[in-house]
Amino acid sequence: MKKTKLLSFAALLILLIGILAACGSSNGEDQESNGSNETDQETDASQDSESESDEGASAEGASGSITISGSSAMQPLVAAAAEQFMSENPEADIQVNAGGSGTGLSEVSEGTVDIGNSDVFAEEKDGIPADELVDHKVAVVGMTAAVNPGVGIDDISKEDLKKVFTGEITNWSELGGEDVDITLVNRPDSSGTRATFVNFGLDGETPAEGVTEDSSNTVKQIVSETEGAIGYLAFSYFTDDSVTAMAIDGVEPTDENVQNGEFPIWAYQHSYTKGEAEGLAKTFLDYLMSDEIQTGLLPEQGYIASTKMQVERDAEGNQTDK
Amino acid sequence: MENKAALSAGERLIKSKQNRSLGELRGKILVTLCALIMITATVAVTIFLTVKGLQSFLVNHVSPIEFLTSTNWNPLADQPSYGALPFIFGSLAVTFLSALIAAPLGIGGAIFMTEIAPSWGRKVLQPVIELLVGIPSVVYGFIGLTVLVPFIREHGAGTGFSILAGTIVLSIMILPTITTIATDAMGALPNSLREGSLALGATRWQTIRKVLLPAALPSLLTAVVLGMARAFGEALAVQMVIGNVRNLPESLLDPSATLTTIITLNMGHTTYGSVENNTLWSMGLILLIISFVFILIVRYLSSRRKI
Amino acid sequence: MNSKVADRIATGVFVTIAFIIVAILAALFSFILFRGVPQISWEFLTTPSSSVQAGGGIRDQLFNSFYILFITMLITVPLGVCGGIYMAEYAKPGKVTNFIRSCIEMLASLPSIVVGMFGLLVFVNTTGWGYTIIGGALALTIFNIPVMVRVSEDAIRSVPAEMKEASLALGITHWHTIKTVLIPSAFPGILTGSILASGRVFGEAAALLFTAGLSTPRLDYLDLNPFSETSPLNIFRPAETLAVHIWAVNTNGIMPDIREIANGSSAVLVLSVLIFNLLARWLGSVVHKKITASK
Repeated sequence: MKKTKLLSFAALLILLIGILAACGSSNGEDQESNGSNETDQETDASQDSESESDEGASAEGASGSITISGSSAMQPLVAAAAEQFMSENPEADIQVNAGGSGTGLSEVSEGTVDIGNSDVFAEEKDGIPADELVDHKVAVVGMTAAVNPGVGIDDISKEDLKKVFTGEITNWSELGGEDVDITLVNRPDSSGTRATFVNFGLDGETPAEGVTEDSSNTVKQIVSETEGAIGYLAFSYFTDDSVTAMAIDGVEPTDENVQNGEFPIWAYQHSYTKGEAEGLAKTFLDYLMSDEIQTGLLPEQGYIASTKMQVERDAEGNQTDK
Repeated sequence: MENKAALSAGERLIKSKQNRSLGELRGKILVTLCALIMITATVAVTIFLTVKGLQSFLVNHVSPIEFLTSTNWNPLADQPSYGALPFIFGSLAVTFLSALIAAPLGIGGAIFMTEIAPSWGRKVLQPVIELLVGIPSVVYGFIGLTVLVPFIREHGAGTGFSILAGTIVLSIMILPTITTIATDAMGALPNSLREGSLALGATRWQTIRKVLLPAALPSLLTAVVLGMARAFGEALAVQMVIGNVRNLPESLLDPSATLTTIITLNMGHTTYGSVENNTLWSMGLILLIISFVFILIVRYLSSRRKI
Repeated sequence: MNSKVADRIATGVFVTIAFIIVAILAALFSFILFRGVPQISWEFLTTPSSSVQAGGGIRDQLFNSFYILFITMLITVPLGVCGGIYMAEYAKPGKVTNFIRSCIEMLASLPSIVVGMFGLLVFVNTTGWGYTIIGGALALTIFNIPVMVRVSEDAIRSVPAEMKEASLALGITHWHTIKTVLIPSAFPGILTGSILASGRVFGEAAALLFTAGLSTPRLDYLDLNPFSETSPLNIFRPAETLAVHIWAVNTNGIMPDIREIANGSSAVLVLSVLIFNLLARWLGSVVHKKITASK
C-alpha cells in the first residue's frame, strides 16, 4: 500500500522531469551536437581539439575537466572566459564555482579544486600555505567610492574620503555638496574589496559602522536608492547613471589611470594553483592571459588587463614601476 | 474507511501466523533503523558543530566570556576583539519579534481553517500557505530590499535597514511553518471536545478559548518554536534588509546584525582554520545551543500542561 | 449577551487574520508575477544560461531544481515516514523517545547556512566528491527530515483510534495495521507534508550554494545513462538550481539583463511550486478516493 503511494509520488516527479528533459533535449541537441562524448576522450589527452587558436593557448590538453572555485566577485568573469573557452574547445569541461576567496584558497590548497580564485594575496589570509601556491594575476580591478548622484559631488580628496568613512564628516554640505546626511555602505571585514579600499583608499583607517553588504549588485542598489549614501564598487559596476563614481584627489577613476599607477585603489584578481599549473588548468590559465581575453573580454566586463599594467604591487602593498 | 479496514483485515486473517510475525519484526526493524539514522545525523552534526565551534576557544584561545559578553567585534584589528553579543542580541530580537507577529497570525489562521470555516476556509488558506513556503528566501530578501526598506526609510527614520524590516520579512517567512503545524494540531483535536463544549451552551469563541486552545497548547507551542527556529536560522533574506551593523541597536529602526548574517557575510571570505573562520563556527554553535534552549523551554511548558 | 458579542468579535478577528494572510500572498505573488511573467518565454525556459551575454535562459537550472528535489524526496520521504511511524506507533514514552524528539527538533532548528557548511566539509571535501547533486540532496535531507517526520507522525496520530483498534481487535499484527490501515488514512496528510517540504527544497539556496555548487556542466539531454558525465541524470555532477541561480545572478551577475533573468526565474520558481502543488493535490485526492472507495 505504502509503496504504491510512494511510487505514484515518484512517478509524478519522473513525469515532470521527463517532460523537462524532452523539451531540453530537442533544443540542446543542435547547439552542442559535438560536445557529448568527452568521457571517452578524457584519458587520451587527445590533440584533436580544434586548432583554431593562434596564441597556441589551447593547442594541447584542451580536454578533460577541471573545477575552479573561489571569489564570488571573480566568478562571472572566469565563468564567461570558461564559456568562451569551452565553445572553442568542446572537449574541455570547466566548472566555475564561487564561495568566496577564503573558500577558494582553502580548497585549492587542500587539492579539492584545480584553481582557486582570490581577490587578495594568499599571504594575507591566515592558515593558507602561501608558499605552496602559485599565483596567476589574471586581471586587475579598479575600485572607487560610489555615491548617490543626489549628493552633488564627484571629486573628493583622500583626506576627506577618510573623514567621510571614519565618521568625522556626517553631512555632504561640509564638503560643498547638498545638505544630506551621509550613509555609509560597507563590506564585511573579511571581504577582499573592503581590504583593498581600506588599504589604498583610506590608508588603513578603520571605517565607521554602516550598512554592510557583501554583494556588489546589492551595494550598488542601496547606494542608488538611499539619499546621501556612499559605498565602494569595482569599476565594472559603474555601467549607468544610478551611482556616481568619485574621482580621488582629482584623478579620474579610469582604466588608464590605474594602469599608469596614478589612481591608487586597485587590486589583482588572483588565480592560484597548487604547485605549477598542469594540463587543462595550465591551458586555461594561459588562455586567460592571452590577448583574446586580456584585451577582449576583460575590458568588456570592466576589468583591466594585468598585462597592460605599468606598475606592480607585492603582497605587502608596495607599489613599484614595472 | 471502516469498510476497507475490515476487508483487508479479512484478507490478513487468512495469512499464516508465521508470515505475520516475520512481517511484524521486519517492520519494526525498518522503522527503528530510520529512527537510528535520524539520531546518527543529529549526533554527527552536533558533534561536528561542537568540535568546530569550540576550536576558537581551545586552539585560538579566544576568551569565551569576551565572546559572549563583549559588544566589540573587530577580528581584523591589531588587537583583535571577538565580542559576538550584538549578533546574539540581534538574532534573539528578530526571532522573538517575528514570532510575536507571526504566532497570532498563524494560530489565528489555523483556527479560521479548523473552527470558523472548516469547509471553504481550508480550501482557500491551505494552498495559500503552501505557496508562501515555495517563495525562495532570496526573493523575500529582494522584495524586502526594493519595497520594504524604502517604505520604512520614507515613513520612519534612518536608512530603512532595520530590525523592523528584518522582523517583517521573517514574520512572513515563518508564517507558513506556524500555520501548518498549528492547523494540524487543531485538526487533530477530537471532535468530542468541541461538541461537549458547544452542548454545554458555550459559544464558539468560548469553546476555542477555554477548551480547544488549552488542549492544543503543547502542539501550538511546538509550531511557534519551529517557526522561531526557522527565523533564527534564516540568513539570506535577513541579510539583505537588516543592515548588518556591529553595534547594539537602540531602537526598532536601528540597523543590526544577526549571527546568521555575520556567518554568511564572512564565511566565504575566510579560510578554514583561521581564527575568524573558527569564531564563525562558534557562532554556529551558539545558534545550535540557543535553539536547543528553545526546545527545552517548550518541553518544560508542554510537560506542565499535560499534567 | 456579552459572550455572544465576544464570539462575534473573535470571529471577526479570525476572518481578518485569514484575510491578512491571503492578502500577503496575493501581494507577494502579484509582485513577483507582474515583474517576472513578461520575461518568461519558451526560449527563456529552454536555452542554457550565459554568464556574459543577455538572453540567457534557465533550462539547466530548472531541470536541476526538479532533479535535486526528486533525489532529496527519494531519500527523505521513506526516512521521514518511517521515522514518523516510529514516533507515533513504536516509541514508548521515556528517555530514548525524548532524546529522538530532541534530535528531530534540533535538526529542524539548524540554520541552513550551517547545514551548507557542514555539507561542504563532509559531502564535498571529506568524501572527495566535489560539488555534487547527491551532496546537495543529502544536505537538504538533513533539514527536510524533521519536517517529514513531524508531518507523518501528526498524520498517523490523527487517524481515529477506533480504526486502529478495530484492526488490532481482528487479530492483525501491529505492523500490518500500520501498513494497511494507518498509512492509507494518513496518506493525504503525509502528501501535504511532502509538498510543504518540497517548497522548502525548491527555494533553498544557502545550503545548496556550498554543496551542489554554482555551475552546471554541459548536459546532453539525450544521454540518459546516469553514469555518463554529460548525462543530466548523473548525481555526481555539480548543479546550479533555480534558487541558487537567482541568488548568484542578483549578487554578482555581470550580464546586462540581470533584473530580467532574476525576475523571470523567480516567477518560474513560484509558478513551478504552484503547478506542483496543484498536481500533487489532485493526485492526493485521486489516491485518497481510490484507497477509500474502490475495492
